[in-house]
Amino acid sequence: MTALRAATAILTREVARFLTQRERFFAALVRPLVWLFVFAAGFRAALGLSIIPPYKTYITYETYIAPGLCGMILLFAGMQSSLSLVNDRESGTMRLMLTAPWPRWFLLGAKLVAGAAVALLQVAAFLAIAAAYGIRFSPAGYLAAIPALVLAGLMLGALGLFLSSRVRQLENFAGVMNFVIFPMFFLSSALYPLWKMQESSPLLAMICRANPFTHAVELVRFALYGQVNLPALGWTVLAGGLFFALAVWGYEPARTRPARGEG
Amino acid sequence: MRSGSRSPLNDAALAVSGLNHAWGGKPALRDVSFTLAPGRFCALLGPNGAGKSTLMAVLTGLIRPAPGVVLVAGQDMGCAPRRALAGMGVVFQQPTYDLDRSVAANLHYFAALQGLTRAEADRRIAEALARLGMAERAGEKVGALNGGHRRRMEIARALLHRPRLLLLDEPTVGLDAPARAAITAHVHDLTAEGIAVLWATHLVDELRDSDDLVLLHRGQVAAAGQVGAVRGAQPLQDWFLAQTGAAA
Repeated sequence: MTALRAATAILTREVARFLTQRERFFAALVRPLVWLFVFAAGFRAALGLSIIPPYKTYITYETYIAPGLCGMILLFAGMQSSLSLVNDRESGTMRLMLTAPWPRWFLLGAKLVAGAAVALLQVAAFLAIAAAYGIRFSPAGYLAAIPALVLAGLMLGALGLFLSSRVRQLENFAGVMNFVIFPMFFLSSALYPLWKMQESSPLLAMICRANPFTHAVELVRFALYGQVNLPALGWTVLAGGLFFALAVWGYEPARTRPARGEG
Repeated sequence: MRSGSRSPLNDAALAVSGLNHAWGGKPALRDVSFTLAPGRFCALLGPNGAGKSTLMAVLTGLIRPAPGVVLVAGQDMGCAPRRALAGMGVVFQQPTYDLDRSVAANLHYFAALQGLTRAEADRRIAEALARLGMAERAGEKVGALNGGHRRRMEIARALLHRPRLLLLDEPTVGLDAPARAAITAHVHDLTAEGIAVLWATHLVDELRDSDDLVLLHRGQVAAAGQVGAVRGAQPLQDWFLAQTGAAA
């Protein structure tokens, strides 16, 4: 019970801070909306989509990339949450959290769930605007997407958590963003189906298939149509577990070490 | 296990024995040992770079000591860090509050992190703010407070879970002289309630003759004892400079 109180406090702090930082909310929404309204409109003509599962009919390009853009929000949110961790560590608030009398994995897990909750709020706002724009899914689809989005958010948040444990300073983090976010996003099925990529380059298609972000996007895509993509589910959970384990390892406290030649 | 039996080390609010630490082979702490009795104000005095921050990192479990080296009220930081941490309050050198959240929200966040119930937290926070004369400022954002009030709030926060040991890492850095004096006096007063205080500083004017002192120099304990006794007839500043040379 007391542990739950601590976890709730971490969650509340994260959500409250997000809601007070309006510009962050705005920026998080503008990014995918630009892709949806501008990029997709321009790209629609260039890319022919055939009917592939979970779709049963021809779909517009905007409809195709909507799950990918949900993934993009989760990806950015995951990285941003870890960015705030690096910031917290520099400012000392991380120290405050880590000196609370709880196991480290628990505190990190609470932080992860809090980050995923914030990400979910952003996705919900995005899907609402997309619906107003005409990209709608069935109520069952929206409902089924919630657990898929949670899992995808946790997996990407865990990746961010792990990266934050390895990055010591904010300046270095910009590089990580470039080397993680862009490759992950473009080497995935978010913007183009994998068979299209296969036509261009089998090697790149192979990398896309190995990319956990692809599986997160596919998990969300199928869920929006009320279906479970089992391989995507498996890979997302596996990757999430692995990233979280790495993050806990990364945040293990250093141990005192005597200098060589001393007791 | 040492923590299981009664000994002077177990009765101490804080006991450090034979602590060593090196950063990449370069020694930062060498065979550091001292004890802090309940209700005592102990200054961890040392010039910059003496190893105070490293020692604070070990005492707060951010760097984990070997078993038996750091005991907080008998709880071994190396074996049972959570129990050891539960008995201490920490005021870090860097600010650890959210400027964009209210004083009450910052205090509640910490209280919940420590596992206090909402009702208990409400009661203790109201008490703490009243004691600081800040009751009417509970709803204000921390960013609106001056440096002295922010520090006072952090000290009150570190005491919400009623620890018996309070660690402060250069808590007066960046404060003006009146705020510095007020904070120093406030923390001295806390010892009357039985709280043991370890106050890391390089400013000798924050110490009283009746305080205890551990002088850290080049990672080693260079002197320890009651301030009045160790300095003898010398002013503390002169004694400090003589002990640490040009480094001060």
